[in-house]
Amino acid sequence: MKSFNGKTLRWESREGVIDLTLDHEPANEIGTAMLAELEEFVAAFGALAPETSACIISSARKSIFSAGGDLRELYATAAAVAAKDRPAGVRAFLERIHAVMNAIDEAPFVTIAAVHGACLGGGLELALACDMIIADKMARFAFPELRLGFIPGFGGIPRLKRDLGNAFVRDLLFTGRTMNATRAQAVGLVAQLAGEGEALRIARSTAAQITKYDAVARAAAKKFIKPIPREELRREIDLFCELFTRPSVMAALKKFVEDSGPMPYLP
Amino acid sequence: MRTLEQTTQEVLALAATHFQLPVGSLAPGDDFFKKLGIDSLQTLEMLSRLENHFGIELPDYEVQGVSDFKTLAERIQSRL
Repeated sequence: MKSFNGKTLRWESREGVIDLTLDHEPANEIGTAMLAELEEFVAAFGALAPETSACIISSARKSIFSAGGDLRELYATAAAVAAKDRPAGVRAFLERIHAVMNAIDEAPFVTIAAVHGACLGGGLELALACDMIIADKMARFAFPELRLGFIPGFGGIPRLKRDLGNAFVRDLLFTGRTMNATRAQAVGLVAQLAGEGEALRIARSTAAQITKYDAVARAAAKKFIKPIPREELRREIDLFCELFTRPSVMAALKKFVEDSGPMPYLP
Repeated sequence: MRTLEQTTQEVLALAATHFQLPVGSLAPGDDFFKKLGIDSLQTLEMLSRLENHFGIELPDYEVQGVSDFKTLAERIQSRL
């Protein structure tokens, strides 16, 4: 298959580059629908890899790359079952999303996240699984999870620790604040800074350059410089499930999903 | 070094340009959520616009609860 058109995303492979576009209203939330289509996407890697040098992940939504995990779906799903049954459901979802993120992380081609607008929580975790982030200068990055009583659950902390220094990692996690693209580039999260509206064009130009190089050397280099922190990723799932069982988390989620104001509830 | 008055005027001009309003249609005491009718993503966009213009970082928690341009300008001024 050289292309796919789903309900939450689409992709097309052309001239050695896969273009994956997230397009799920309202803000590219990663819930069960997008997860299923991401699973289909990574399942195609085996067939696509021999003729693929690079993959660009971008968003078709205005002002946002991805808001991250679908907290409304998470809350509704968890609220529909008894408290004792919630961790099993959450763990099953996390196991699946971790498998997707790991597949993207170790894809046998170069992966580029072309980010514009807000890149939050699970959206940032998706970008972090990629080899490079090329960001519009209006992009903003955040891990707001601690503000709701849990931690990033899609592999965020182990990948941040793998790639970046402690000062930035702790600031991002412990404050939950959004950081601009200029700062993100200064600390090494962003590889290239793009002008407004130019991230995807620059990502395509970068991908075109990548296609010129030897595939074996490129894959070997990637494997050498980007080991997957598997042990920490396992521990992240355990810790997320442990924190999620607390009633305060459901209360915070309820407050968040019911708030439709311009500054959604975040303590 | 900008004065608070200059910072406030620059904030008003940036907001007017960003939201395509006539310059002079916004006042320091205006509630920007009500006046501009902006949502959470537009709020983040405006934050980026301000940070890029002034060359500062303005953590979300420092502007949480702020709804008028004058107070916003004061928060920015404290970072200049």
